[in-house]
Amino acid sequence: MPRRDDIKSVMVIGSGPIVIGQACEFDYSGTQACRVLRDEGIRVVLVNSNPATIMTDPEFSDATYIEPITPEFVERIIAKERPDALLPTLGGQTALNTAIALHKNGVLEKYGVELIGADVDAIERGENREMFKKIVAEIGAESARSVICHSLQECLDAVDELGYPMVVRPSFTMGGAGSGMAYNEEDLRRIAGAGLQASPTTEILLEESILGWKEYELELMRDHRDNVVVICSIENLDPMGVHTGDSITVAPALTLTDREFQRMRDVGIEIIRAVGVDTGGCNIQFAVNPEDGRLIVIEMNPRVSRSSALASKATGFPIAKIAARLAVGYTLDEIPNDITKETPASFEPTLDYIVVKVPRFAFEKFPNADSTLTTTMKSVGEAMAIGRNFTEALQKALRSLEKKEAVFSWPATKAEVNIVELKATMGRPHDGRLSLVQLALWAGVSPEEVFDITKIDPWFLDQICLINEIADEVRAASQLDYETLRYAKRHGFSDLQISRLRGLTEAEVRGQRHELGLRPVYKTVDTCAAEFAAKTPYHYSAYDEETESIPSDREKVIILGSGPNRIGQGIEFDYSCVHAALTLREAGYETIMVNCNPETVSTDYDTSDRLYFEPLTLEDVLEIVHAESAAGKLAGVIVQLGGQTPLGLAQVLKDAGVPIVGTSPESIHLAEERGAFGRVLAEAGLIAPKHGMAASFPQAQAIAAEVGYPVLVRPSYVLGGRGMEIVYDDAMLADYLERSTEINVDHPVLVDRFLDDAIEIDVDALYDGKELFLAGVMEHIEEAGIHSGDSACALPPITLGASQIDRIRKSTEAIAKGVGVLGLLNVQYALASDVLYVLEANPRASRTVPFVSKATAVHVAKAAARVMMGQSIAELRKQGILPELGDGGTLPDGCAVSVKEAVLPFGRFQGVDTVLGPEMRSTGEVMGLDDTFGVAFAKAQDAASGALPTSGTVFVSLADRDKRAAIFPLMRLSDLGFKILATSGTADVLRRNGVKCEVIRKAFEGTGEAGEPTTVDAIMNGDIQLIINTPYGVGARLDGYEIRTAAVMKGVPSITTVQGLGAVVQGIDSLQHEESTVRSLQEHGADLDRLRAAQRDSLLASMKEA
Amino acid sequence: MSSREPAVLVLEDGRVMHGERYGAAGVTFGEAVFSTGMSGYQETLTDPSYDRQVVVMTAPHIGNTGVNEEDLESTKIWVAGYVVRDPSRVSSNWRSTGDLASALDKQGIVGISGVDTRALTRHLRERGAMKVGIFSGDAAKLSVAELLTQVQASPAMAGANLTDEVSTDKAYVVPALGAKKFTVAAIDLGIKSMTPEMMAARGIEVHVLPAASSVDEILALNPDGVFFSNGPGDPATADAAVATMTEMLQKKMPVFGICFGNQILGRALGLGTYKLRYGHRGINQPVQDLRTGKVEITAHNHGFAVDAPRDGDFDTPFGKAQVSHVCLNDDVVEGLRCLEVPAFSVQYHPEAAAGPHDSAYLFDEFIELMSTSGKVRA
Repeated sequence: MPRRDDIKSVMVIGSGPIVIGQACEFDYSGTQACRVLRDEGIRVVLVNSNPATIMTDPEFSDATYIEPITPEFVERIIAKERPDALLPTLGGQTALNTAIALHKNGVLEKYGVELIGADVDAIERGENREMFKKIVAEIGAESARSVICHSLQECLDAVDELGYPMVVRPSFTMGGAGSGMAYNEEDLRRIAGAGLQASPTTEILLEESILGWKEYELELMRDHRDNVVVICSIENLDPMGVHTGDSITVAPALTLTDREFQRMRDVGIEIIRAVGVDTGGCNIQFAVNPEDGRLIVIEMNPRVSRSSALASKATGFPIAKIAARLAVGYTLDEIPNDITKETPASFEPTLDYIVVKVPRFAFEKFPNADSTLTTTMKSVGEAMAIGRNFTEALQKALRSLEKKEAVFSWPATKAEVNIVELKATMGRPHDGRLSLVQLALWAGVSPEEVFDITKIDPWFLDQICLINEIADEVRAASQLDYETLRYAKRHGFSDLQISRLRGLTEAEVRGQRHELGLRPVYKTVDTCAAEFAAKTPYHYSAYDEETESIPSDREKVIILGSGPNRIGQGIEFDYSCVHAALTLREAGYETIMVNCNPETVSTDYDTSDRLYFEPLTLEDVLEIVHAESAAGKLAGVIVQLGGQTPLGLAQVLKDAGVPIVGTSPESIHLAEERGAFGRVLAEAGLIAPKHGMAASFPQAQAIAAEVGYPVLVRPSYVLGGRGMEIVYDDAMLADYLERSTEINVDHPVLVDRFLDDAIEIDVDALYDGKELFLAGVMEHIEEAGIHSGDSACALPPITLGASQIDRIRKSTEAIAKGVGVLGLLNVQYALASDVLYVLEANPRASRTVPFVSKATAVHVAKAAARVMMGQSIAELRKQGILPELGDGGTLPDGCAVSVKEAVLPFGRFQGVDTVLGPEMRSTGEVMGLDDTFGVAFAKAQDAASGALPTSGTVFVSLADRDKRAAIFPLMRLSDLGFKILATSGTADVLRRNGVKCEVIRKAFEGTGEAGEPTTVDAIMNGDIQLIINTPYGVGARLDGYEIRTAAVMKGVPSITTVQGLGAVVQGIDSLQHEESTVRSLQEHGADLDRLRAAQRDSLLASMKEA
Repeated sequence: MSSREPAVLVLEDGRVMHGERYGAAGVTFGEAVFSTGMSGYQETLTDPSYDRQVVVMTAPHIGNTGVNEEDLESTKIWVAGYVVRDPSRVSSNWRSTGDLASALDKQGIVGISGVDTRALTRHLRERGAMKVGIFSGDAAKLSVAELLTQVQASPAMAGANLTDEVSTDKAYVVPALGAKKFTVAAIDLGIKSMTPEMMAARGIEVHVLPAASSVDEILALNPDGVFFSNGPGDPATADAAVATMTEMLQKKMPVFGICFGNQILGRALGLGTYKLRYGHRGINQPVQDLRTGKVEITAHNHGFAVDAPRDGDFDTPFGKAQVSHVCLNDDVVEGLRCLEVPAFSVQYHPEAAAGPHDSAYLFDEFIELMSTSGKVRA
């Protein structure tokens, strides 16, 4: 049956901001869906609050709404756009939940919108634990056995059935309090006894433990004619107990016999049918007991997930794309396999390579967070690698992480390895455990013992033993001959690893290798293990015989991606890379993408002419350059768009003779190196905050004394404000230097005067060597000192005047010229007492490029790619890629205001302080767009963390320095009908200024004699709707910490800066007094076109008059 | 370097690949074919249909779960040679009773590892299945020219009658599980053990008979139906089996055929068979049931196929018949159904092992066919 012709328009809901557990994989799936639906001639209405996504570029949908993904806003968009259908399965849990809410509250029915690709009952059957368990039993499969008990005797009776260890879960306790693992009767009596007491219903659930079992996942698809296929099997190297998002995972499953695998497949198919997933994809997780093969079904996701993105990249089978087609009526056999073009999609991909995915964590950003890996996901990104065997894929994946400690290494002697300590620590799953396992095995701990401790399957352990044996062989070889080198390379050893084993430099190893004629070949991901010819050039390297990558004679450009997502380097950089690929392809170049992040649009084989799924290291990139140089001219490599990862390769690539496109590595250095940059500024007559560089405490102290406290300290060459702190006195400075162990003469610490109370301004610009295009001027809400990535900002800048913008333009131009920028430039300024300070300049794509593009309706990333390839801004204006006249600094009057707000992961890391600082900790961002700042800001808050309250109680506790500035906004809040509770000191000040308020007890004072609650009590009781709590600078932060932590737990908005307070009050004011609009980016673009035309006409008229 | 012994793989067209010995040392020849299944190597190795074939595994890691007593599809390893990329050094599975390399060695199966199996697969895809030789031990020291001469002199698959090599010597019975409902005579042309098991599980007592069994011997069992199994070789040479099939059709005996059995039915119906360029070998093949339009993911192992009209019914000496199943990858005929006599067959493997269980319903259809057809008397 071909596609339904009754569906003319479809609404797609995205997944909102990047958060832990829901990242840019949904940009990949959503972008695919939008493309497919439009190819089908269907009008696509998209809702997604995340401006950093490719999918929210106006060209990917017919109507793109960057609005909060809430039932209220989505209803308004439905009312306006009247789509025929809603496709909710491609935007993660966020989209699914919103769609279900709209179904339940009758909105879909009211507007005649059909839910496609999902069935609400099926979703409930899949997601409701009890219902799901029942289904599993009905089809004759097993869930983990459990017994509900109401007495200790019942618990003891359950032991026969469940066996030790068992999980004890008291019912209805807060946050699962009182849960534990019982390994014996003593444990059981203790935990269950306490649990029965703690449970309000004197009830506990005992469940058999499946910790340490093998864990698997199947990705399935079903069409409306009940054809079901298994796209991919994934095996977790980390056994049960670690969230699959945090596990090292492998595709295909490697340690199952066909009988076991087919049993799993049968159960999976039975489940997708019984649950009734209408059309589309789902994934099902299984546990297998390594001792007897017993199969247990864990859970299912009745939608496209992070795993399906991984499975798509791992197999070449584009799940989201196919799911979108199935949703509009096609069957699997009617859809051609994208890669072969000739065979149908109704088959099961088979792999002739191994895929390994490794998670990337950010615990260094959250030092107080527990780094033990559990069933709650904690990683912020992932890298994937493909190899012809497991060892090759694993080692490539580990070096793709760009964390040097993740790459296997070997000490000089085995005696150096502390086996006792390794054994003690490797039982706890945590980031870096695999390296401990590898070291332990190398040092002589038997695989059997490692298995006992870690439960990692013996097959994987043997593969690590193999890697260790090869390392020993490489080290012991009399010379690095062809055989030895080939053996190591075939198991994924990098030149760098080999050089360390041999006491050589990486370049020496590479030189010897090339001399021996040993280079990788490039194989193809083709879904079918070469049974059919592949039409899609999706490649990976391997040290094998035959290469399949065939460069054409066309002029080529290689774009280096940004690698695994991390805090400070995420989807925003992928955005620029993707646009470069698209626009340069259009401009006639053969575009070649290199990246190792499976979540992204850049690693979709549709994005560029050729995709190399490879680590972004010098070695891997050089080999690709070599392969691509076999035919046609290589115009160059783009390093400017993928963030710090490719930027870090600029100089070494150039040194190796590789042409770098755009800003030269020398110019990049000029901007990054303090002294050189200082000279650039001096020549242009620009000012930077006073600063200095120190390699020791006395040096730092001297600088601090000269520039004056507070000072901003940070290591040189960092991204995302890593290790950056504001220091108020000598003691704090000493403490900082003591903690920063890597500070030395080669890696000095930067000490800058910290500009208190300054307005921070972020600028993105394009420079072609002659002309500057000021793409966007963003005014931060929070003061300078809060990392720009964590700060909200507005565009157009809300308080800057034309003369200030003019100064910014001139300064930016001077920097661009002085540094020698060709392409993008991001500059951060601070405006204090009307003095414009240059904080830093980065001659590369910034995090804000997508936001600026959307707010100003200009293709900044596309234009940048073209400028790098040699086109001038004047030419781009003529071609319509840039506006005919003006730029982001001359936005016309009447231009809607865009507000960007950061989304922070504090909910994931309990106990981590939520105070914003110079170190970036946000994972994602949202955008609010409306006529005025207040409404746009309120929308951004709604999208980021829930709607601002319009009534209720506000708790206020202010640092002394903030009290003065806070009086006015608090007075307004009071006028707006809010009740104000304050700590005594703050209350005194407020009362004196005529603001009505009540005093509330501080947490450390404890609950009062008459039961008067403390702030924390009140928050936990749900009596407080808004918290304003600015930190007290030095020390005495404990009370604030408890308040902020309670706020995170209860999801109460918590404002930690006085500038944030002002914005929030403006937002609340707007919510009470103004109407918000819903407007698509296409409408916004049309408005801007109209306004720009009017601006041009009046300009021409005034010129005429003159 | 470790104790890796060199081995050489030489194709009939002169392509040479170097690797290491895997399994037994020595020399072997056969038809080079590739199998794309990612699981089930033990079933593949012991599938008699692979007799005289050198199997290239596209999945890189082979042997991870070792070998066990339960997953054997016959009593021995049938492949003539085995080509893998990365053989496992350990066996990791709770059912494992031994490791694959030793099993190969013990049964004298010459294999090679460490070769670019993907390149080899692409070569076979482009140029078709062809003769191959694997040489290890002393033989690996000969010149490539000498090895090539040996390979070219080895027998070809086209025109090969291998039924006698693989068929059972003596009849044996696989008893029905639970109450016996039917008796089936299964003509062993290279039968896999899962096939009688699938039937037994449905209450069929299966009498597995040597391929050379006469019609009288078959009818003497008073069967409710006759089954023609899978097996190796060129169906064009299987005249004896075709004659038996013809007699069964004449008697309106309920007949079910799998793989080689499908080709035998096709020939008895007057259809031709032909050699595919590189065959179907894997467990991910999409087959459409033309009656329902539904797609099954199926296990395949066939180098030959039946030539039949795909659209509509066609005439045969036994009345009208139709193509019931096709492979969606390449439109190859995957099933035949007679409309006027109780006979049907499929080219693929509903018994799976290795492979998906999507097509197990065909055994139920066989039961149905036997239930609704009158009993044929001897």
